[in-house]
Amino acid sequence: MAKQVRQLDRVVIRFAGDSGDGMQLTGDRFTSETAQLGNDISTLPNFPAEIRAPAGTLPGVSSFQVHFADTDILTPGDAPNVLVAMNPAALKANLADLPRGADIIVNTDEFSKRNLAKVGYTASPLTDGSLDGYAVHEVGLTSMTVAALSDHAISKKDAERAKNMFALGLLSWLYSRPYESTLTFLERKFAARPELVAANTAAFKAGWNFGETTEDFSVQYEVAPADLPAGHYRNITGNVALALGIVAAGVRSGLPVFLGAYPITPASDILHELSKHKRFGVTTMQAEDEIAAVGAALGAAYGGALGVTTSSGPGVALKSETISLAVALELPLLIVDVQRAGPSTGMPTKTEQADLQMALYGRHGEAPVAVVAPRSPSDCFDTALEAARIALTYRTPVVLLSDGYLANGSEPWLLPDVASLPDLRVEFADAPNAPNGDGFLPYLRDQETLARPWAIPGTPGLQHRIGGLEKADRTGDISYDPANHDLMVRTRAARIEAIRVPDVEVEDPDGGAQVLVLGWGSTYGPVGAACRALRSRGHAVAQAHLRHLAPLPANLGAVLRRYEKVVVPEVNLGQLAQLVRGRYLVDAISYNQVRGLPFTAAELEGMLEEVVKNA
Amino acid sequence: MPDPVPVSLTTKDFKSDQEVRWCPGCGDYAILAAVQSFMPELGIPRERTVFVSGIGCAARFPYYLNTYGMHSIHGRAPAIATGLSTTRPDLSVWVVSGDGDALSIGGNHLIHALRRNVNLTILMFNNRIYGLTKGQYSPTSELGKITKSTPAGSADSPFNPLSLALGAEATFVARTIDSDRKHLQSVLRAAAEHHGSAFVEIYQNCNIFNDEAFEPLKNPATRDDYLIRLEHGSPITFGAQGQWCVIHPPGGFGLEVKETASVDPAEIVTHDAAVAEPAYAFALSRLPDLDLRHTPIGVFRRVERPSYDALVREQVATAKAKANGASQEEQLAAALASGDTWTIG
Repeated sequence: MAKQVRQLDRVVIRFAGDSGDGMQLTGDRFTSETAQLGNDISTLPNFPAEIRAPAGTLPGVSSFQVHFADTDILTPGDAPNVLVAMNPAALKANLADLPRGADIIVNTDEFSKRNLAKVGYTASPLTDGSLDGYAVHEVGLTSMTVAALSDHAISKKDAERAKNMFALGLLSWLYSRPYESTLTFLERKFAARPELVAANTAAFKAGWNFGETTEDFSVQYEVAPADLPAGHYRNITGNVALALGIVAAGVRSGLPVFLGAYPITPASDILHELSKHKRFGVTTMQAEDEIAAVGAALGAAYGGALGVTTSSGPGVALKSETISLAVALELPLLIVDVQRAGPSTGMPTKTEQADLQMALYGRHGEAPVAVVAPRSPSDCFDTALEAARIALTYRTPVVLLSDGYLANGSEPWLLPDVASLPDLRVEFADAPNAPNGDGFLPYLRDQETLARPWAIPGTPGLQHRIGGLEKADRTGDISYDPANHDLMVRTRAARIEAIRVPDVEVEDPDGGAQVLVLGWGSTYGPVGAACRALRSRGHAVAQAHLRHLAPLPANLGAVLRRYEKVVVPEVNLGQLAQLVRGRYLVDAISYNQVRGLPFTAAELEGMLEEVVKNA
Repeated sequence: MPDPVPVSLTTKDFKSDQEVRWCPGCGDYAILAAVQSFMPELGIPRERTVFVSGIGCAARFPYYLNTYGMHSIHGRAPAIATGLSTTRPDLSVWVVSGDGDALSIGGNHLIHALRRNVNLTILMFNNRIYGLTKGQYSPTSELGKITKSTPAGSADSPFNPLSLALGAEATFVARTIDSDRKHLQSVLRAAAEHHGSAFVEIYQNCNIFNDEAFEPLKNPATRDDYLIRLEHGSPITFGAQGQWCVIHPPGGFGLEVKETASVDPAEIVTHDAAVAEPAYAFALSRLPDLDLRHTPIGVFRRVERPSYDALVREQVATAKAKANGASQEEQLAAALASGDTWTIG
């Protein structure tokens, strides 16, 4: 009997299981199928730092949330409509996030007495009535997968491991996803083991067919394509977009790229991705430590390469002395900080925005640098290019503040036309520059950019020495002169302030809003979704979002003063708010949360509604 | 090191316009003069020579040479030079360091540069003291050393820098002395000609905080019996009349000093810097006594192994060769569009 098909405008699915259950891969594949269909998408992986925490325990739960819709969306969704729970731990860890009425698909094979006891269930939640109010679908995912693969010549373990493909098949059927790309993916992934291609394909199809056949699922859903701008798309995570932005900066500047990096969560994927792009003249060096990573990048920059180092907070802290040297040397250097929850090791796989003040001020002496932050996974591409533009044009270190949420989250990306990307070509110094025509002055500045000449070794006649000791203006000679030091400190500050950055734009479609929400970095999605929701209920609210944290846009002070109230939501304890209050004397309201997770749109909506009502 | 090209330069060409500011009588002057007068021989234009240093007295070295130079931060010069050398094979990159800079704060970068065999020439001025911070003991100061920070004597055992370099798989390891210009220049020449990391320890006198630290190696009354001058291919004998020699005792792991007259000449070790197994050079590095007696100088080890920078550049070149005529822009467009893509509209 043909099943009923129901149209939905948006769905949020969370796949949850043991960290060895393949939930990230399952989520990735579902996302890719969904992208093919033309829905807008946003994803949020959430996994433990331990590679394989003890099986079946709460700390071992790994999940992947995907939000897809027929309109453009800004966040991975607050609350799942569907939870796929591969074991009792996954159910227990995620149940609190589910609204009543949500669908729960559980793998009953894992609900043994022992597994229940491991997470503190004294009675099975499947039978004790605690799940009343949810639509629970009990499916023997493991046993049905093993049964479906009984005639495949693979081990029982391999057969059991294919259960994630069974689950993916079932969900793909339930939401009418096209699955050709998944079958192609399996062929690629298991190219060396054809028996696993066959088994995983069979498991996927068994899941699909189970959905079609079983009476447990009486309705199949469709989500129509979103009305997105025309063009060629791919789904992309922040880390991959950032890496590609760096590759693009190399191509558009004509410079070789040198990445110095030390493995650290959640930044390592940038190193992995860049190491695949050697054909663009990208050299990646896995250094002995964070300090060597930035040192080697600075050495390469001195030699005329686009020097890049990528890390997370603990690593950036180690790099700070070398970043200060780069400030003194006035050389281009790109430092990527994929922020994670701190202090210390903190929660390595969880997101936070608490490195802003470290990026701005976390060095000895007066050591100003430029700071930029992307707003979404695909925006990491554009922000990397912008960071490279600033570094190369103004010969300065630039810190790019991504975070765990952007790094691992994904969204559709409208592929840019390469020819339209910014032209980043640079000119190296090639002749003496002294006003009398004789000699080279390494600290003689361009009057507009205040940048000094980039005279790379190998250039005849321009031999000069630079270093961390204070330099005399123009000549670059060692100088202990008090007036010179005062001049150089002020000049280094003025150099950063002289960087031209676009004005901050304000989104206030209704006009006349009294409340402005000011955000930076990865809060763009939830803040934007909260503002949309408020506006749809008749409240006027304005949103401004900063990409440039240093220097700040020239119009920011004027923008802030236009509003009766300014709210600054941050996943830290108010670092931008403090800056705004100090610099513009604006009585900004700081709203904070540091739970290792992005804001939900709903909590921001609730908070903002109170502010708007009282404005 | 880049291939030599015909350039006619003199010592004067390598002097910068900066006033040299070491303490009068410092061993660094002798090393600087030796380097300035030896650089023209290498046939490398000044603009293709780069000196990178860290922090300490020795680290002021780049300011006094009319080449490219960077006076960087404490201990990090090998890391910075690695990035430069890897991306710029056309340059001759030198690192100038001291015992504190290279072995204490920068120890990690030093051993990793050596094991990678990055194409660098690393000069470590060893004066067994912290000079710039006014006289604290260093990682090469002898056990029991009394200094400002160790009034009751140092409780740290010192590093043997050459043993450390050899343990880190260095392909070129040598030692020389500030006061012997001829020997210093011959060792530097060999180091500069080596492809890969060359590590040279230079015994350097700090006449302010650790004067006469190497006096027995310099004093005409003692030096012949204390110094062992290594010559590749020659039997290792020393002493004014060659009355001492080095042998490898049967059944032992190391080398020993004997009276030449007391051994069969066939037992005397013939110095071979090209021995693949580093244990031989390591044994040489263990010969000196605490009082510096039996200190070998010269090239301990010189072997060939692919350098990190060359291997890395080869990978990039191999990848670039697969372009099949596509421009960088075309390849970039393809890279951006990799994976699952779809079209809207």
